[in-house]
Amino acid sequence: MMRALLILLALALPAAAQEESIVAGLSQSSVSITTNYVGSEILIFGAVKRDAPRPQGALDVIVAVEGPHTPVVVRQKERTAGIWINTDAVRIDSAPSFYAVATTGPLDRILNQTDDLRHRITIRQAIRSVGISSETEEPQAYMDALLRIREGSGRYRINEGSIWMDQQTLFRADVALPADLTEGQYRVRIFLTRDGHVIDMLERSIGVRKAGLERFLYTLSREQSALYGLLSLAMAVLAGWGASVIFQRLRR
Amino acid sequence: MQIYLPIAELSVNAFVLLGLGGIVGFMSGMFGVGGGFLITPLLFFIGIPPAVAVATGANQVVASSVSGVLAQLKRKAVDFRMGFVLQAGGLVGSAIGIWLFARLSALGQIDLVVQISYVLFLGVIGALMLQESVRALRRARKESAPVRRAHSHTWVHRLPLKMKFRASGLYISVLPPLMIGAAVGLLSAIMGVGGGFIMVPAMIYLLGMPTKVVVGTSLFQVILVSAFTTLLHAMTSGTVDIMLALLLIIGSVVGAQFGARVGVKLRAEQLRILLALLVLAVSLKVGSDLIFQPNELFSLTPEAVE
Repeated sequence: MMRALLILLALALPAAAQEESIVAGLSQSSVSITTNYVGSEILIFGAVKRDAPRPQGALDVIVAVEGPHTPVVVRQKERTAGIWINTDAVRIDSAPSFYAVATTGPLDRILNQTDDLRHRITIRQAIRSVGISSETEEPQAYMDALLRIREGSGRYRINEGSIWMDQQTLFRADVALPADLTEGQYRVRIFLTRDGHVIDMLERSIGVRKAGLERFLYTLSREQSALYGLLSLAMAVLAGWGASVIFQRLRR
Repeated sequence: MQIYLPIAELSVNAFVLLGLGGIVGFMSGMFGVGGGFLITPLLFFIGIPPAVAVATGANQVVASSVSGVLAQLKRKAVDFRMGFVLQAGGLVGSAIGIWLFARLSALGQIDLVVQISYVLFLGVIGALMLQESVRALRRARKESAPVRRAHSHTWVHRLPLKMKFRASGLYISVLPPLMIGAAVGLLSAIMGVGGGFIMVPAMIYLLGMPTKVVVGTSLFQVILVSAFTTLLHAMTSGTVDIMLALLLIIGSVVGAQFGARVGVKLRAEQLRILLALLVLAVSLKVGSDLIFQPNELFSLTPEAVE
């Protein structure tokens, strides 16, 4: 009896996974960082498509927005000879520069551990630190510090329950991008879960680039650094000279 | 009005930057210093990454020194020959400083070195200045002007490679000015300062230059050293933020004009006491950050995008 039930379950699960899928769109596919850029809001909206009647169980949506990955050096200060100085450092191979998770409910209820590991959905899973334990005896402290600092500065955030969902079909999520964005391709993943299992996933991307004057100055400083340096100097000399001339005129 | 800084990669209120520049410009106009020692720590404070703050600070020092030296030129108070000799030393010091800066950044100790330099140099200079100006104030009260020789002969005058500096009325070896120039160049690269606060006392007490040419000559050499530093920072680490510099410079050149007017009304001794107190306050503030336990013991340094 028990075995029969298990076989039935095993057969039913993949079938259920195919019955429901996500259709979604983004309010914008690119973000331009211009001089007056102060952050922006991305709207992710969509619906659950069904070929069969709605199965039993709780349906949830998780949205993960992920910025480009970079290696990060985490340093720890210790008191040495009366002053606080950096003593130990650990290099984390790859950490996202931005990571936002929005959900329809508490993560521990709507997502099981296995699927989190498989799809690397929560922030902790998104950070890769393969060789960390060979560098330090307390890798966890460094990982915690990375998460704590980036959560504090708004680069990593979890907004549980922030996705609006109607009739277990329509959903919308708003994800705010901060003002201090790193350039690159941002990956947006939308997961559909039922009873903690991921049953469908959709991936989109947003290109974040500096634009206009910002783009020009940044490129110049990287590709023509001597010219850029001279330009900065010319600006400084001109401003210093101009100010003294203008104020002398004003004084007369 | 928020403005996005292309190199620092963050969005800052433009009026905060104009205001910061204005305050520093006011101080520098009032006291006749470049103000780099104020602007760099203030930039740390508003969250600009240290490397960007130091490089951009050097850029803003260029502007305020140009403005200052033009005023001194009219009074013929610039010893060009001395300026160029100091300069030659300064370029070497600055190049070494840039190299050290890059090495220390890689080791994760640049913040520490910058902080310690601030505490040491500002602390010592501030204390000396305070002591000297309090003594001068007392002396002025007693109204018995001490007799001081134009310059006394010390070991400095026995070194080889002598050269005539007409504007300063000196005939001394080029070695001490070269060394002083190099030391100031080094500080300029690491601390993002012009180094006037070291240069001026060194010119008076070590080289025996007459006070009237000291400020002009120091400003003249600061222009070239900090310009060189800015250029090297731009080329080696790409940390000069032109947008940030522009806003700071606009604020500071305007502030400097008002500061100069207030400065004229105060007595020289009072001015020096105020400057000494300001320098000591910055030194104590930076020092307290080193001594007290920080809120966050960990720090992050992201590497370039793969």
